[in-house]
Parts: sequence; C-alpha cells; structure tokens
Amino acid sequence: MSTEIELSIYVFLLAGFLGLELVQRVSPLLHTPLMSLTNAISAISVVGAILITGAGDATMLSKVLGVVAVTCSTINIVAGFLITDRMLKMFKKEKKEAK
Amino acid sequence: MTIADLWQPAYLIAAVLIILSIKWLNSPATARRGVQAGQIGMLCAVIGTLLRHEVVSFEWIALGLVLGAGIGAPLAYLMPMTALPQLTALSHAFGAFAAALVGTAEYYHKVPTGFPMAALVIETLLGYLTFTASIMAFGKLQELVPTRPMTYPGQNFVNLVLLGVAIVLGGWVTIGGAPVWAFPVFSGLSLLFGVLLILPIGGGDMPTVIALLNSYAGMAAAAMGFALNNKLLIIAGALNAASGFILSVIMCKAMNRSFTNVLFGAFGQVQAGAAAGKVDAKPVRSASAEDAASILAGSRKVIVVPGYGMAVAQAQHKIRELTDMLVKRGVDVQFAIHPVAGRMPGHMNVLLAEADIAYDRLHEMEEINSDFGEADVALVVGANDVVNPAARHDTASPIYGMPILDVDKAHTVMVIKRSLNPGFAGIDNELYYHDRTLMLFGDAKQFVADIVKELPKAA
Repeated sequence: MSTEIELSIYVFLLAGFLGLELVQRVSPLLHTPLMSLTNAISAISVVGAILITGAGDATMLSKVLGVVAVTCSTINIVAGFLITDRMLKMFKKEKKEAK
Repeated sequence: MTIADLWQPAYLIAAVLIILSIKWLNSPATARRGVQAGQIGMLCAVIGTLLRHEVVSFEWIALGLVLGAGIGAPLAYLMPMTALPQLTALSHAFGAFAAALVGTAEYYHKVPTGFPMAALVIETLLGYLTFTASIMAFGKLQELVPTRPMTYPGQNFVNLVLLGVAIVLGGWVTIGGAPVWAFPVFSGLSLLFGVLLILPIGGGDMPTVIALLNSYAGMAAAAMGFALNNKLLIIAGALNAASGFILSVIMCKAMNRSFTNVLFGAFGQVQAGAAAGKVDAKPVRSASAEDAASILAGSRKVIVVPGYGMAVAQAQHKIRELTDMLVKRGVDVQFAIHPVAGRMPGHMNVLLAEADIAYDRLHEMEEINSDFGEADVALVVGANDVVNPAARHDTASPIYGMPILDVDKAHTVMVIKRSLNPGFAGIDNELYYHDRTLMLFGDAKQFVADIVKELPKAA
C-alpha cells in the first residue's frame, strides 16, 4: 500500500474520531441545526464537482455531469447554511425581567 | 509559489474552520459563530479549488454556482419550520446526487485503477442510493408517498440480493475487465436500492432514517476524497459521517430499537393486533377549559410535554401565551422534550424556539424526568407514545422498553387530545384511564386558547 493511501486512511480515522467526540458534546437542543449544518458540510463534494467541470481535458459528458453536480451541491450548501442560521436566530434565552 | 499554489493553505484553513464550526455548535451561545465559520470554510474550499491550475474554464462552473444559489436560497427561506425534516431530506438528496455524478463523470473521464477506483465505486454506490432514499424520505415526510410501511413477502431477501449484485458489479468494475454495461447497471441498481430501502420504513422512524442518510452523504464525500486524493473532502466527509451516525444511534436508543430493526423491522404492522384487544370502554375523566385553567392557576410547577401533534395543530404560539401568563402568576413552567418528539432529532426544540419560548425552559428527558414527582401538573399536548406507562411494565406492548417521560408521577396529568383514538403507532395508552389524569378533548390550538381566555378569571 502506498504511503499516500495510508496517510489518507489515517486522516479519515482521526477526523472520524474527532467527529464522534465533537458531536457527542452538542446539546440535544441543537440537534436539528447540527444536522442541517453537517448537511451543508457534506456538500464539500462541490470541490470534486468543480475539478471535474473545469478540467482542461474535460469531455462534453463530464462537463454536463459536472455542471449538474456543481448546481446540486451549491443548492445543498446554500440551503443548508441559510436554514441553520434561520433556526439559530430563533433560539433565545429568557430575558430576566426586573421585578 | 504562485497564486495557484494557494489552494493548499486555503484547504487547510477550510478544514480547520469546518472542525471549529461543529465545535461551536455545542452551545446556543456560540452556535451562530459556528455557522459563520462553516460558511467561510466552505468559501475557502471553493475559492481554493478555483485557483488550482487544473481548473482552466470557469463559465460552466459559474453557471452551476449561480443556479445552485438561486435555487437553494429561496428553498431555505420559504420552507416552514414544520417542514424542516423534508427540507433536510431534499438537501441530502441534492448533495448525494452531486457526489454520485462526480463519481460517474470521473469514471468516464479517465478510468482510475486500484484503490482510487474502489473508492470511486463506493462513492457512486452511496451517492446514488442516498439520492433516491432521500427523495423517498422526502416523499414520505411530505406525504406524497404513503407514510405507512410498504412490505411484501421476501422483501429483505430481494433487497439484499439487489445490493449484493450491485456490490459484485462494483467489485468487477474495480478489478478491471468489466464490460461496458457493468457501470450503468451498477448505478441503476444503486438508485433502485435506495428506493427499496425506504419503502418498508414507516413515518415514525423517519428521524432515525434522516440521520442515517446524513451519515451516508458524509461517507460518500469521504469516499470521493479517497478517489481524488483530497484530504479536505476526507476530513469533512468523516466529520459528517460521524455526526449522522451518532444522531441515528441516539434516535434508536430513544425508541429502544436496533438499527437492523429500524431498517428491516417494518414498524407499525405488528401493533395492530396488540392494540385491538384493549378497546373496551373504560371510564375516563374529562374536564373543561375552565377546570383546566383553575387547576393551572393554583399550581406551583407545571411541566409541558409537547409532541408532534402540537405542531400539527399549530398550537405552539398559544402554548407560549399560556406559559407567559402562568409565569407572570409566579408558576414555574418547564418543557420536557423527548428525543423523538418531532420528526427529526431536535425538531421540537426548533418549533418551540420559533414560537419564542426561551431555550432555557426546554429540558431533555434525562434532565427533567426526576422533576415530575414534584410537579403539580404535567400538561401533555399532542404527545402519545412517549408518555405511555406501558413502555415500563407491559412486556407485550410493542413500545416496551422505550424510555418515556414519567408524566404519571405528576400530581395531575392533563392530556389535550382530539379523541381517545390510539395515536400514530396505533397503541392504546393506559395513561388516559389513570385516576389522576384529566382528558381535555378538543383541538390543541383551540383548547389552549380557551384555557388562556379562562385563566384571568381563575382565582
């Protein structure tokens, strides 16, 4: 196995464990925003879509598939982040009334 | 170092920001900062990629970005908060479809070999199956597709064979020497498997399924990272896969079910028989809004238990009014949120937050269950199975073993409900026949409004 692949596997495992640690600390109060945020993050595949679409030797097929992929992942990113922010704006703490 | 080389530091910054964005989401105080970090991180990733010297033409990319933003933004702003699960499912579908298309394009562009090819096959399989599964989940949540489980004899066998064939074809494509039809057939089977996977799953299990699809979408992104040898994709994908996995485990635990049971169990069928035996008329105590108002006015501590029925009746704003009035009278009002209240993890919190109920009044099950003993009133609005005491002792009950909110420990239990008909899962609830239970029959929104009207008259 080449070292490059080995390194990728290390990165994957470490990031996975980091994810488990981080998510366990998220309060259940925010589980829905967490889901829509990670949903937006999963659209990181936009990177692959851009690389395919913009490649100098791209064929017509890969351009078409690529542009649809860029569109879809951008929808995912934009909708994911905006809805998360829209939700979080609604979470308010009790205003302590001076009585 | 040229400008094109800047993509490496840009990816590094993106990875750090994405990790921080999840970290900051752990508390409501820093959560919005988390979203900003995520947005900037994603922007770094996109700009970094555009700088790379492999990317030479931009018109098509720009078209995709503009189209995507143009569709995504209104989607996020127009969807009502009750439709969050649908929106999330739809959004998963788009993301997963993108991953699958990239895999397909990569395959036809320059056929990779060895390890990257294996990763590409996994990416495409997960991408396509998550795409159709998410569309199906969207359909069930939006009730475009019947929400009840659709089953037929030998279903699990058919599904497993189908998946098996897809995996064998994928393996063949990876090893090399596969005929031209292998990859399209493999893609088609992946798409079909996604549909079949969701058919037998009932509406009540959607929270688990959406979380699981979230995890698959992450796995697809990570697999793409392996195929393209891109660490940023691997990191973001792994984080996402871990997150979806934990959430689905939490959902399973909250329903006392196993993964296999959710995916292959076809919940909802079994109950019919169990419920049928117990329908004989038992006496219940019912009360009017006036009675309810005077009891509430005389209590010191009230715990509200909201369920999805409350959101369906759009009663949350009236509940807020009631809360405000009671708090003004010096009553301690808290909310008990069961992990599966709502249609996706944490959904109920968002719905209550939207109605302007402060989040420090919202408590999770473990935190508040011991408080019911000292509560004068437990007010159950639109919740059913999550307060059914049968889960504690009735081994024959399909929900036996499921953790529930101990509302029956409260001095008085008030249940707002349309009628005595069993709820979503079709299980009769013995709580309703309890001698400390008052049934408040009526539409949740109307009934709470009536209580609000009667409350000032109560002493």
